[in-house]
Amino acid sequence: MGELKVKDKDIVVPGDVLADGMDFLPAGGAFREGENIIASQVGVVSVNGRLLKLVPLNAKYLPKKGDTIIGKIADVTNNCWFVEIGYSNQACIPLRDGSMEYIPKGADLTQYYDYNDYVVANITNVSRSKEIDLSMKGPGLRKLSDGRIIKVNSAKVPRIIGKQGSMISMIKQMTDCRIIVGQNGLVWLYSVDPLKEAIAVEAIKKIEEKAHIQGLTDEIKVFLESKVGVKYAIQ
Amino acid sequence: MPYNKRFDGRKFDELREISAEVGVIPNADGSAKFKIGKTIAIAAVYGPRVLHPRFLQDPIKGVLRCNYNMMSFSGSGERVRPGPSRRSKEISYLTEKALEPVLDLSEFPSAVIDVYIELLQTDAGTRCAGITAAALALADAGFPMKDLVSAVALGRIEDKIVLDVSKEEEDFEGGMADIPVAMLPRTGEITLLQMDGLVTLNELKEVLKSAKKACEQIYKVQKDALRARYLK
Repeated sequence: MGELKVKDKDIVVPGDVLADGMDFLPAGGAFREGENIIASQVGVVSVNGRLLKLVPLNAKYLPKKGDTIIGKIADVTNNCWFVEIGYSNQACIPLRDGSMEYIPKGADLTQYYDYNDYVVANITNVSRSKEIDLSMKGPGLRKLSDGRIIKVNSAKVPRIIGKQGSMISMIKQMTDCRIIVGQNGLVWLYSVDPLKEAIAVEAIKKIEEKAHIQGLTDEIKVFLESKVGVKYAIQ
Repeated sequence: MPYNKRFDGRKFDELREISAEVGVIPNADGSAKFKIGKTIAIAAVYGPRVLHPRFLQDPIKGVLRCNYNMMSFSGSGERVRPGPSRRSKEISYLTEKALEPVLDLSEFPSAVIDVYIELLQTDAGTRCAGITAAALALADAGFPMKDLVSAVALGRIEDKIVLDVSKEEEDFEGGMADIPVAMLPRTGEITLLQMDGLVTLNELKEVLKSAKKACEQIYKVQKDALRARYLK
């Protein structure tokens, strides 16, 4: 009979034995060695029936197909744009996925996206050797002009978004900010009122710092209410 | 004269005072400080980033690159002169080899993970302190690891096996052997074993037994340090 050696929401470190016996199955951040299931990252345990998963507390961004990310144009060649996305390899926007509009032959590609521009893009493919293809064709995928970019740890992105976007929509509503959270940990914020933008940045930094704490949504709610001076009501 | 009492009054199988801290360098992707007696090591991890020159790249998995360095003010400078040297280059290489078996870098092909190990103060056992700190820093950076690596230097002085050799003992003129050991404490697998001096087979067995026990103690300090970062 298998035995669980940790509790749900415990913080574990590499080498910790999570469970023994074959009754449990390892998922992300854990692996099986003989009879035991062992943690391979610093993270919070999540027990889901027989499945043992780790939610990492600090992790490098690993590009996945379908992720919406924010990146910076690092290079422009005559058939693609190279984008810095916070991974070791640069990603590539091929010409055919570059824009919804028609790009004529021989056009100057910097007219669409120039060096150091930030773009919201979608990952269309990640090859085995980690060559990453992006697409700019899709709703909401565009070049970012105004606003500011902040960087957070990509492991904390799910926490910033919250369950069904509860956290991010609360910040948006309370601060009147437009926010885009890239899966790679780059966050774009824009508001006409710079003070409110600063509050939103502070809230996001707070979430990043306290991502492993339970009941964070309530804490951020109290924080935002005290800063903005308005009670939060779900619309 | 037989060696019956250690210079600092420790038992023969007693470690010096150890402490560890994680996240000491906010700018790095992961960092750690490890202190054993008067030896202090700081490790910082950066990456993954693209590896140049290209011929060093591995298209299957990422490459671990360590850099061991004693700071210029770190020791008395009597025997080992701090700074880049043949010795530090070799220790960098063996640190890589001691850490590689626990790391899974298959997600980062053609990339490099840099580990910089700086010794702030040196008082014997620096490579072991460096490896211990580097393992912590890599775990802090969030790289998938099979286990942490703990390391300790042992020695033989005349007929006694001594754990965690101090500087005075290392400089002992009579029969002395210096044996740094790094291992995965959970399974007892050894990733570094060097020997400077002579020991018999039975003495070596005793050394490894003592090392296992000591590494388990260090392992506990390492794990507590990693947890402490988030349990404040």
